[in-house]
Amino acid sequence: MTGQQMTGAQSLVESLEHAGAEVVFGLPGGAILPTYDPLMDAKKLRHILVRHEQGAGHAASGYAHATGKVGVCLATSGPGATNLITAIADAQMDSIPMVAITGQVGSTFIGTDAFQEADIVGMTMPVTKHNFLVRDAAEIPSVIKQAFHIASTGRPGAVLVDVTKDAQQAMTEFSWPEGLDLPGYRPAPSPHHKQIREAAQMLLEAKRPVFLLGGGVLRGRASQEVAELVDVSGAPFVTTLMARGALPDSHPSHLGMPGMHGTVSAVSALQRADLIVAIGARFDDRVTGRLDSFAPGAKIVHADVDPAEISKNIEADVPIVGEAREVAASLAAEVRARLAEAESDPRDYEAWWSTLRMLRDTYPLGWTATADGHSAPQHVISRIGEISGPESIFVAGVGQHQMWSSQFLRFENPFTWINSGGLGTMGYSVPAAMGAQVGQPGKTVWAIDGDGCFQMTNQELATCVINNIPIKVAVINNSSLGMVRQWQNLFYDKRYSNTDLNTGHGTVRVPDFVKLADAYGCAGLRCERDEDIDATIEAAMEIDDRPVVVDFTVSADAMVWPMVPAGVSNDEIQIAQGMSPEWERDI
Amino acid sequence: MDHSTTNPETTQTLSVLVENKPGVLMRVSALFARRGYNIASLAVGPTEHPEISRITVVVDVAEHPLEQITKQLNKLVNVLKIVQLEPRQSVQRELLLVKVRTDNTTRTSVLEIVQMFRAKVVDASPDAVTIEATGVDDKITAMLSMLEPFGIREIVKSGAVAISRGGRSITDRTLLS
Repeated sequence: MTGQQMTGAQSLVESLEHAGAEVVFGLPGGAILPTYDPLMDAKKLRHILVRHEQGAGHAASGYAHATGKVGVCLATSGPGATNLITAIADAQMDSIPMVAITGQVGSTFIGTDAFQEADIVGMTMPVTKHNFLVRDAAEIPSVIKQAFHIASTGRPGAVLVDVTKDAQQAMTEFSWPEGLDLPGYRPAPSPHHKQIREAAQMLLEAKRPVFLLGGGVLRGRASQEVAELVDVSGAPFVTTLMARGALPDSHPSHLGMPGMHGTVSAVSALQRADLIVAIGARFDDRVTGRLDSFAPGAKIVHADVDPAEISKNIEADVPIVGEAREVAASLAAEVRARLAEAESDPRDYEAWWSTLRMLRDTYPLGWTATADGHSAPQHVISRIGEISGPESIFVAGVGQHQMWSSQFLRFENPFTWINSGGLGTMGYSVPAAMGAQVGQPGKTVWAIDGDGCFQMTNQELATCVINNIPIKVAVINNSSLGMVRQWQNLFYDKRYSNTDLNTGHGTVRVPDFVKLADAYGCAGLRCERDEDIDATIEAAMEIDDRPVVVDFTVSADAMVWPMVPAGVSNDEIQIAQGMSPEWERDI
Repeated sequence: MDHSTTNPETTQTLSVLVENKPGVLMRVSALFARRGYNIASLAVGPTEHPEISRITVVVDVAEHPLEQITKQLNKLVNVLKIVQLEPRQSVQRELLLVKVRTDNTTRTSVLEIVQMFRAKVVDASPDAVTIEATGVDDKITAMLSMLEPFGIREIVKSGAVAISRGGRSITDRTLLS
């Protein structure tokens, strides 16, 4: 193809294929029309027509989560582009490699408030890793190559490429560039050996060490190296919301998820640690609680591929800049070498482990039976996990069902848990599950969704049916915006302002999710009693020729516990309403 | 009236070398805005290399440590290099144009002040003179406070530019390779 004359649009399609894109999720419109024409004849590139551009963005994100490849979405100018913004911001916050391509009005129209003109490059500057405006067809191949490189290397993120309509229409000579013209982009520094040695020393001398594993372990494909490090060191580890599944939940050194809805053992381990070794984690406020009382006795070793994360929220004693895989491998090798050289094992973690085992045994995750006769949502989610098994991929929306999923699904494999962590985007689940299913056609993909979230993006069920993408959707239907309702219960005197959705048992059921599923050509099931849960999940598992939507009616009063209320110290963790662990007795 | 733009206690001067491409200044200023960093002054212009522009930015580091600011700036793909310029190891200058009310009775006094600060008059009319001055922030502030009683009608400042002392250049390495 190199040297061939073609239009900018053809060059764009050709470039996407050269960059390795296999699937693009998108929706056409005026300013991107020239590109949709050659897309029709593309041999390697599959286009999936979505029903809303936000769906295209989240689908690209779900695809990237599930495959590790760059997710690609495509939209027209103006509203098409602005509809992508939520999904772009979401991917950027969670460090998901994504390239978003938008059409732009013709270059002579730029700045004239033309029809469907929006300054999408200006608008997405704060929510992308980088973005480009292409006004010259000749630049298309090099910009696409750079966009994929930036999106996928270092700390991955979202990159937007805005291409004017005239650049798509102009004739150009296609040439795929050899190199990259990115003099200011230096993504992957190697960890300094001095810091690795220091970290190893601290790890062996610590009495109460904990590994804090974040989403960077997954994004950096470092699960194996980190598992080796954990095993060679013998120290416990916790996995953040973005790292669930990075190491198996069944690993004997695992304490669960830290943070606002984390396990007592994980939260307490961080609070009482004398050393935290963070790998690919960014000390998010949902993990730390009040910063000034977070882990007061801990030295911090902070390894991250993004130097700006180190000492941003928590001052690091040993900063390590590098890829998670390289950091973990070098640190494991250093610890192993020191242990081999030592006359006697310098580690003294026994007292620490006995405290942690006691906490883990005394405060396991659980739930109390509901009082209103409706199913416990935790039970529903837990059964879906058990019946579908740890090879399945689970994709959550945002809210209570997301937290329960992170708590009660058992993750044994990397890349089986997909959710919107940083931005917390309601409506993420269905389109992201669709993208994950496209990327992993052989796997069972469950969208575990809430009744609020589901109503934001369920139009993509049409995309799933038409394109034979058989996702399974479990609507955990508590007939309300559950997490907001939980906060209203706890902090606003049970005044339930605007959180009732009327979708559940005993309501007008607008909409009726089973009828909605039917209207879209999906299988629609409903489960309203505990005794039907297993049979309903099994029935959903049997259907693989079309998407399934299961409306699980659950209690609106169930709450997510444990909980560290926003803005307080992690020491204030509550295991149920008004109940804190008995620290004096326990430690 | 305080005419000082910078508080030397809490400000630092950075030279940020960037690719000379459309929108780069916006990327830099937008980064400062969204992360809540305060800019005391910002000046941008070309360098001896046409592909490279130079932004001199005086940042307030009272609330955000300089290290975090430079790390975030470094993440911008179009930023090539950032150099912190220490006041003692660099020359910093700012250009000021100020229009001062004068008449036949006050003009001589104003001109004395102009001479005292080695500034110069670049425009004059029966009711005002326009003065050009360059220097460090201290000098400009002192001159303005002397001119204040005569009536300052308009002020424009360029923002500080700065260059390191000695023969070494921060742009002479192969930044674009």
